[in-house]
Amino acid sequence: MWQRNLLFAVVCLFGFGMLASNILLRDHVPTPRSFEPSRFGNLTNVSSSATPANKQPEPKNDWQATLLKLNAEFEAKWTGEGLQTTPRAGDLTLARRLSLGLTGTIPSLEEIRALEQLPEGQRLEWWTSRLLEDRRFGNYVGERLARVYVGTEDGPLIRFRRSRFVEWISDQLLAHRPYDEMAQEMIGSNGLWTNNPALNFITVTTTEANKEQPDEVRLAARTVRAFLALRIDCLQCHDDNLGTNHLGDDGAPRESKQQDFHQLAAFFAPAKVGLTGIQESKDEYNFKYLRGEKEELVPAKVPYGDDLMSPGGSRRQQLARWTTHAGNKPFARAIVNRMWAIVCGRPLVEPIDEIPLHGPYPPGMEILAEDFVAHGHDLQRLIRLISASEPFLRSSTADFEITQQHEKGWAAFPLSRLQPQQMAGAMIQSSSLNTLDEKNAHIIWLLAKSQQTQQFVQRYGDLGEDEFTDRGGTIPQRLLLMNGELVQERTTQNLIANAATRIVVVTPSAEAAIDAAYLAVLTRRPTAEEREVFVPRLAAARRADRRVVLEDLYWVLVNSTEFSWNH
Amino acid sequence: MSTFTSPGSCNSPSHFSRRGLMQAMGLSGISFLTPLAEQLARAAESEPKGTQPHSLIVLWMQGGPSQLETFDPHPDTEIAGGSKDGSKSIETAVKGVHISENLPLVAEQMESISLVRSIVSKEGDHERATYYVKNGYRPDPTLVHPSLGAIICHQTQDNLEIPRHVSLLPNTWAARGGYLGDQFDAFKSQDPLGPVPDVRARVPEPRFEQRIKDLSVVEGAFARGRLKNLDEGRTLHRSSVEAARKMMSSEQLAAFDVSKSPEALRKEFGDTSFGRCCLAALQLVEVGVRCVEIRLDSWDSHANNHEFCRQLNTTLDPAFASLIKHLRERKLLDRTMILWAGEFGRTPRINGLGGRDHWPHGFSMAVAGGGIAGGRVIGETSPEPKLDEKNRLQDVADPRAVEDVHATILTAFGIDRQKEIQTPIGRPMALSQGKPIRELLV
Repeated sequence: MWQRNLLFAVVCLFGFGMLASNILLRDHVPTPRSFEPSRFGNLTNVSSSATPANKQPEPKNDWQATLLKLNAEFEAKWTGEGLQTTPRAGDLTLARRLSLGLTGTIPSLEEIRALEQLPEGQRLEWWTSRLLEDRRFGNYVGERLARVYVGTEDGPLIRFRRSRFVEWISDQLLAHRPYDEMAQEMIGSNGLWTNNPALNFITVTTTEANKEQPDEVRLAARTVRAFLALRIDCLQCHDDNLGTNHLGDDGAPRESKQQDFHQLAAFFAPAKVGLTGIQESKDEYNFKYLRGEKEELVPAKVPYGDDLMSPGGSRRQQLARWTTHAGNKPFARAIVNRMWAIVCGRPLVEPIDEIPLHGPYPPGMEILAEDFVAHGHDLQRLIRLISASEPFLRSSTADFEITQQHEKGWAAFPLSRLQPQQMAGAMIQSSSLNTLDEKNAHIIWLLAKSQQTQQFVQRYGDLGEDEFTDRGGTIPQRLLLMNGELVQERTTQNLIANAATRIVVVTPSAEAAIDAAYLAVLTRRPTAEEREVFVPRLAAARRADRRVVLEDLYWVLVNSTEFSWNH
Repeated sequence: MSTFTSPGSCNSPSHFSRRGLMQAMGLSGISFLTPLAEQLARAAESEPKGTQPHSLIVLWMQGGPSQLETFDPHPDTEIAGGSKDGSKSIETAVKGVHISENLPLVAEQMESISLVRSIVSKEGDHERATYYVKNGYRPDPTLVHPSLGAIICHQTQDNLEIPRHVSLLPNTWAARGGYLGDQFDAFKSQDPLGPVPDVRARVPEPRFEQRIKDLSVVEGAFARGRLKNLDEGRTLHRSSVEAARKMMSSEQLAAFDVSKSPEALRKEFGDTSFGRCCLAALQLVEVGVRCVEIRLDSWDSHANNHEFCRQLNTTLDPAFASLIKHLRERKLLDRTMILWAGEFGRTPRINGLGGRDHWPHGFSMAVAGGGIAGGRVIGETSPEPKLDEKNRLQDVADPRAVEDVHATILTAFGIDRQKEIQTPIGRPMALSQGKPIRELLV
C-alpha cells in the first residue's frame, strides 16, 4: 500500500514541478531558423530623436538601406509638421503588437520568459522570426487576407470551400511564396477548386442568380479592389460623375468611365464552371451601358498601363500578369497598405482599399512598394521592414499630450480596437501559461480553442470585411466580457485549464504571482500603484481565498480597455 | 452576361425604380391584373397621415418562404401543385383576399395586414438575399449597410435601460448596424424561456462591485500619457461598462421573460420558441423597445414543400395572429408595425422531390399595424406564369423592389428615406434607395 502512496506522491510532485517550471521560467522555446541578430544592425534600437536625419549611419546591407530611407521619410514628416515623437515602446509591448497582428493572439507567459532571456537588441528580430515561422501566422494572416479576396460569405455550398482557401493562403505564406505568384494563381488558373484552392477566388461568385457561373462583374470589382486597392465599383452603373476616381496612365490622369469597369469584367467572361472545374470558354462579354441603346460586345481592356499587357494565354492569365507586373505599382501599394494595417492595426492610406492611382502617397508607401517589387514580392520581408520601422516602434504613451494628429502622423503608435478573433485568441491564450500553438498544445485544446473562438466571435460581432473601422466597444460586448461563458470558463478556478489557478498554486510569492498574471494577460508587469492594490491583498489571503483573488484579478484584467485594444 | 447590374453599390436611383419596372411591364403586355387588385392598388395614394409607429417587429422567415403556401396562393392551378394535391386557400376577413388555408388565424386579422405580392429581386442566394431584404441594398464588398431596425434606432431617440434593437432566435445574419456602427447591432437573445444572455453577474454582488472598483485602478494606469479624451473620444469603455451595469439591474429586463405569462396566453401564441418570442416582442415593445427581429427558420423547402410549409404555418399562424390581436388589445397596434418577410420566395413549379427552389422573381411580404392601411394587396403573380428567363417581369403585375418596402416603412416612421448619411469613409449613402408604396400607408 505504501508503495502506491509513494507512487501517487511522486506523480503529484512531478506534476507540480511541471506546473512550476511553466511559471518560474525555463527557456524551452527554440531559436527560430530565420533569426539574424544583425539583420538591421542596431537601427531598431535607436530612437528617432537620438538619430537626426542628417546623421543617419551608412547602410551595411539592403535591409538597412530600405529601413533608413523609410525612417527618414517619416522623420522628415514629423519635423515638417512639428510633431514630437513618443519614446520607443518597450519590448513586451512590441511583442504584443506583433503577436496580435501576425497570430491574432498575445504572447504566452512561456514565450515572454524566453524573450526576456535574450539580449535587448535582439528581441524584436527574434520575435519577428519566431512568429513568421509559426503556423498561427499562416492561419491568422491567411484568414485576414481571405476576407479581402472572398469576403466572409459562406458562398455557394458545392462550389466554394472557404476553409481550403484559407489553408492554401496559410501554406503559401509559410512557404515564402512570392505574392505575385499567389495572385496569378487566384486570378488566372484553371481546374477544380478542391484540388486548386486558389480557384475559390473565382468560384465564390458562382451564385444561383448568375446561373451558377462565375460573375464577371463581381470578379472585376473584387480583383481591382483586393489586388490594386482601386474602388471602381460605382463604374458598373455609371461614369464617375463626382470626379473622384481618376484612371489613366502616369502623368495623364483622366476621369473614369463605365467602360473602364466593364472592359475589366470582360477578362472574366470566358471563365466557366464545367465538369473539370473552372475552364476557359469562348464566351464574350456583352453589356448595355447606362445611356446605350442596346447591348454591345465589350472588349477586354485594362484601365491604365496598357503597355504592361503581354499576349499569350487565356484572358484571365493576361489580366493576372498585368495585375502583378513589376511596373504595376498599385499591386505593390495595395499589399503594403494591407500588411501595414495587419501589423500596425491601421493602414497608411484610409480606406484601406482605395489608394489614389496618381497619388499623393504618405511616407513609407513608395519606399516599401519599391522594395517589395525589387525583392520578389516577398511578404515576409515586407512584414519585417514594417515591424522594424520607426512608426511601429513608437510608444502609444508619452509625457506630453498625445493628440489625434500624433496618431495620424505615426508620431505616436495609434490605438486600435482588437478584432473579435484577436479578443478570443488573447483570452484563450491568457488562460494558459504555455503557448497554444500546434507544436505545444494538445489537439483537444486546439479544437476547443477553435470552437470557443467561433462562438465568441459570433456573439461579440464579427466586423466582416470592414475590419479596420475604429469604434468603441458596445454594451453587448461589454456584457459578454463581464458575464459571458468564455470569460467565466477562462478565469474561474480550475487547476487544469486556467492559468489564474495554476499561478496561485505554484507561486508562493504574492508579488511574483501578480506579476505572472499581468504578464499572461496584459503582457506587462503591474505599475507601482497596481502592485500596491493587488500584492497585499494576495499576500493577506489564505488557501482558497488566494485563488479567489487571482480569479478576480484575471477578470479585471480581461475586462480592461488595455486588453481590448492594441496599443 | 452578369446579373449584377442594379445599383447595389452606387446608390444611383435610376436603374431599378418602380417606374422602370412598370414600363417594362407595359412592354411585356401584362394582362392578368384583376379588377380587385387594381382597385386595392390604387387606393389611398397619399402622404401618411395616421399615427406614426414607434416600434417595428420583423418576423423573419429564414430560408425563403413559399409565397404560394403563405400569402399568394393560386389554388387549383398547376403552380399550386395541381387541383388535387395542390395547396388550397381560404377567405380572409377582407373580402376577396385569400391566403393559405394553413393560416386561418392570420386570415381573421387580415383587416390589419396588407400584402405586397409582387416583390422582385435579383438575389437568389440565401446569404446575399438575406442581406438585401434586411438592409435594402444588395451586398457591396466596400460597405456593410444597416438593417431597417438599425436605421430606425439611429434616427430616433429613447431612454431605455435595455437594448433598443433586439434579435430573437438569431442566426449569423442577425440585423446589423453596418456603417452606422456596431452599437446599432441587434442584441441577440434566444428562446425567452431561457435567461437573457450575459446579464447576470457570475459572482455575488459585493464581489462584483469590488471587481468594478479594481477595474478603475487598471483603467487609470492605461489612461496615463494617452489621448486627453481617451474614453469619450475613442474607447467608450467607461460608458459601456456603466450602461451594461444599468442593464444588468434593470426591471425592464423582465420584458424578455415569458415564463411568468399566463399559460393560456403562451398557448395562444402557440407555445413554440417562435410563439414565445412573439409574446416577448409584445412585452418588449410595451416597455419601449424600438425594433425586434424574430427568426422562424427552415423555409428552405427544396423537397416536400407542402408538408414543410404546413408545419411551419402551424407555428407561424397562432404567433403572428396573436401578436396582432394582443397589440390591438393593449392599444399598441397603432404604434407598432409588423413586417413579415423572407429573403425570397419559391419557384412556381414543383421539382422532382416535391419541393420548390429559390425564386426572387415575384414573392410576397406582409406588413401590418401602425402606419399601415390594412387589408390592401399590392401586385400579383401570374397563375399561369410563362417562366421566360429573358422576361421574368411578364409574370408579375405591379412589381415592387425590395427597397420600396424599406422606403415605405421609413416613411411611415416619419424618417426621411432620402436622407444621406456619411459612412465612416465619407461616402454619402441614402437611408433607402427605394420609393414608398403609397397605397400601403395610412
